[in-house]
Amino acid sequence: SYTADIISTVEFNHSGELLATGDKGGRVVIFQQEQENKTQSHSRGEYNVYSTFQSHEPEFDYLKSLEIEEKINKIRWLPQKNAAQFLLSTNDKTIKLWKISERDKRPEGYNLKEEDGRYRDPTTVTTLRVPVFRPMDLMVEASPRRIFANAHTYHINSISINSDYETYLSADDLRINLWHLEITDRSFNIVDIKPANMEELTEVITAAEFHPNSCNTFVYSSSKGTIRLCDMRASALCDRHSKLFEEPEDPSNRSFFSEIISSISDVKFSHSGRYMMTRDYLSVKIWDLNMENRPVETYQVHEYLRSKLCSLYENDCIFDKFECCWNGSDSIVMTGSYNNFFRMFDRNTKRDITLEASRENNKPRTVLKPRKVCASGKRKKDEISVDSLDFNKKILHTAWHPKENIIAVATTNNLYIFQDKMN
Amino acid sequence: MGEEEGLHQTQLLDTMFVRGLKRKCFDGEEDIEGTLAGIKAIPSYNLQRQSLLDMSLVKLQLCHMLVEPNLCRSVLIANTVRQIQEEMTQDGTWQMVNTQSTGQASLDRLVSTDILCRSSREQAEGKLVPDYSTFNKDFESDQAQDSSETMSTASSVQAPRNLQSNVWEMENPQENKGSFQKSLDQIFETLENKSPNSVEDLFSEVDNSYYDLDTMLTGMMSNSKMGHCDGLETFSSPTTTTSSSNCKSDLNELDHIVEILVES
Repeated sequence: SYTADIISTVEFNHSGELLATGDKGGRVVIFQQEQENKTQSHSRGEYNVYSTFQSHEPEFDYLKSLEIEEKINKIRWLPQKNAAQFLLSTNDKTIKLWKISERDKRPEGYNLKEEDGRYRDPTTVTTLRVPVFRPMDLMVEASPRRIFANAHTYHINSISINSDYETYLSADDLRINLWHLEITDRSFNIVDIKPANMEELTEVITAAEFHPNSCNTFVYSSSKGTIRLCDMRASALCDRHSKLFEEPEDPSNRSFFSEIISSISDVKFSHSGRYMMTRDYLSVKIWDLNMENRPVETYQVHEYLRSKLCSLYENDCIFDKFECCWNGSDSIVMTGSYNNFFRMFDRNTKRDITLEASRENNKPRTVLKPRKVCASGKRKKDEISVDSLDFNKKILHTAWHPKENIIAVATTNNLYIFQDKMN
Repeated sequence: MGEEEGLHQTQLLDTMFVRGLKRKCFDGEEDIEGTLAGIKAIPSYNLQRQSLLDMSLVKLQLCHMLVEPNLCRSVLIANTVRQIQEEMTQDGTWQMVNTQSTGQASLDRLVSTDILCRSSREQAEGKLVPDYSTFNKDFESDQAQDSSETMSTASSVQAPRNLQSNVWEMENPQENKGSFQKSLDQIFETLENKSPNSVEDLFSEVDNSYYDLDTMLTGMMSNSKMGHCDGLETFSSPTTTTSSSNCKSDLNELDHIVEILVES
């Protein structure tokens, strides 16, 4: 595991070889999977630190007299086109395109420069030579290639790269903008839900994502538990959705907290593009894009918290934004919970499991022990009662390797990487 | 750990809400006995609803003062306040609450659990809560304790008795429930129009309160000239990287607040 500032985002690249994390201090740390060791065929390569760089710095908005946090809200990888890797990282206001490249050779034998870079007196040069590349220790360099700034009045919560690999969207609380990766001085506003009169504001955008295959389609979720699917071919400003996904409220569960817990904190398309998954405070829902009136599957993450909503409102935990993710084959979905627990749901077998990410309870290379929370009544051995849960230990960010059963789970300060036992 | 304790202490509120919920569901099915039982249940449901309203208002005020409030959270809390307000209007309890004095004792108990939870959390984060003094200043003298958290206890207790003494508008106390709507509106206006003018408006309301908080102001003034690194030493914090970055952002908040005071 890796100790860091508070981790705020975790993302595998398209091959799964690289894993990027962003933190509250504006840093990005990239891990690289070791090449498989032929002699140790029972384990996949471990992930080691590959590159660390400062992506964003704190800024001060003089006009509003407010500080802009450097915390990295999201990282998204571009598919690899050449030797270098590219990723987008964003804080509340500014998106940056970073190029990560390796250098394992350096030129030596310049005529006009010494090896340390000092310029030679040209009059001392008596012969000419051709500089040659000599091997050096691997150096991984990160350089900012594009800075996409000044397009968001509100806080950016999502970025998503289009399947055309040329454009991407960025979403804040009230607006979604479309960018071209090459162009930084302008973006296209494609969704705007800001009311003319801010007093009428009752709903915000919470997440947005492009469809994995259909480059004109994207979805965005709201704080009222709705998801809107938009087609950019329909009109320039996608204020009118093509589809509206919303589950009718269960009247028997109605309370003053109903709206808050229906607020969607994350939306993710399946790899196939047939489904999308949403995370609200207590559950994960799978939607078929062809059915708008209700999800096709619902999984309860921690239903035992329903009777604690007032306390969770009071201590602000009810506003925690949990993310969710699919495994490579879209058969399992995963999301985090409290007490450093995270949950997996197998869509085929309908089985679910609760696991814990903590050093005390798990030695490296041991199989994770399933956990169980006792909602009420007599607590069995090894069960944990709801009242003993630590609500400071929350797992908000998880990621699943695109091809293998390797998962990355971020607790507040630590990153855990788990893999399934190979035979 | 503080969170756990908080959870225990507000279990009272949780169970009351569950009970309140059932009453809500059976609203349409009253017989004579049900009505009697309903009447008995009314004070406790109203109290817990009131306490939720108080809690929500405190939360909104807190985010009024943060560096840049989380808009989603503000909107959700504001919607909750509106819901409660609408229900109270329908119930006709809006006027009732003003005259009710019997409920004060239990309100104290309800709200004090709320404050206990908050104080343990805020202590852990090393945050100061200067904004609490924007509640009725009259009651500062009533409260013997000097912690700002206790001041908010008093103010929250007063809030139901004086719904009109709107916490946002110290200069213009409103006399009717329009004050809630106005306060919500004001939050969103402030969020949207953060031009230099409205920033001054934002802080001009609370200027007086800062001058009242002598110790905090002294602390802030002495920190204002320090760099971030120096300032960290004045905060006692657990030795983890998490809290030092919390302290740093809190210091930034303080610097920012002090800059405004100095300018105005």
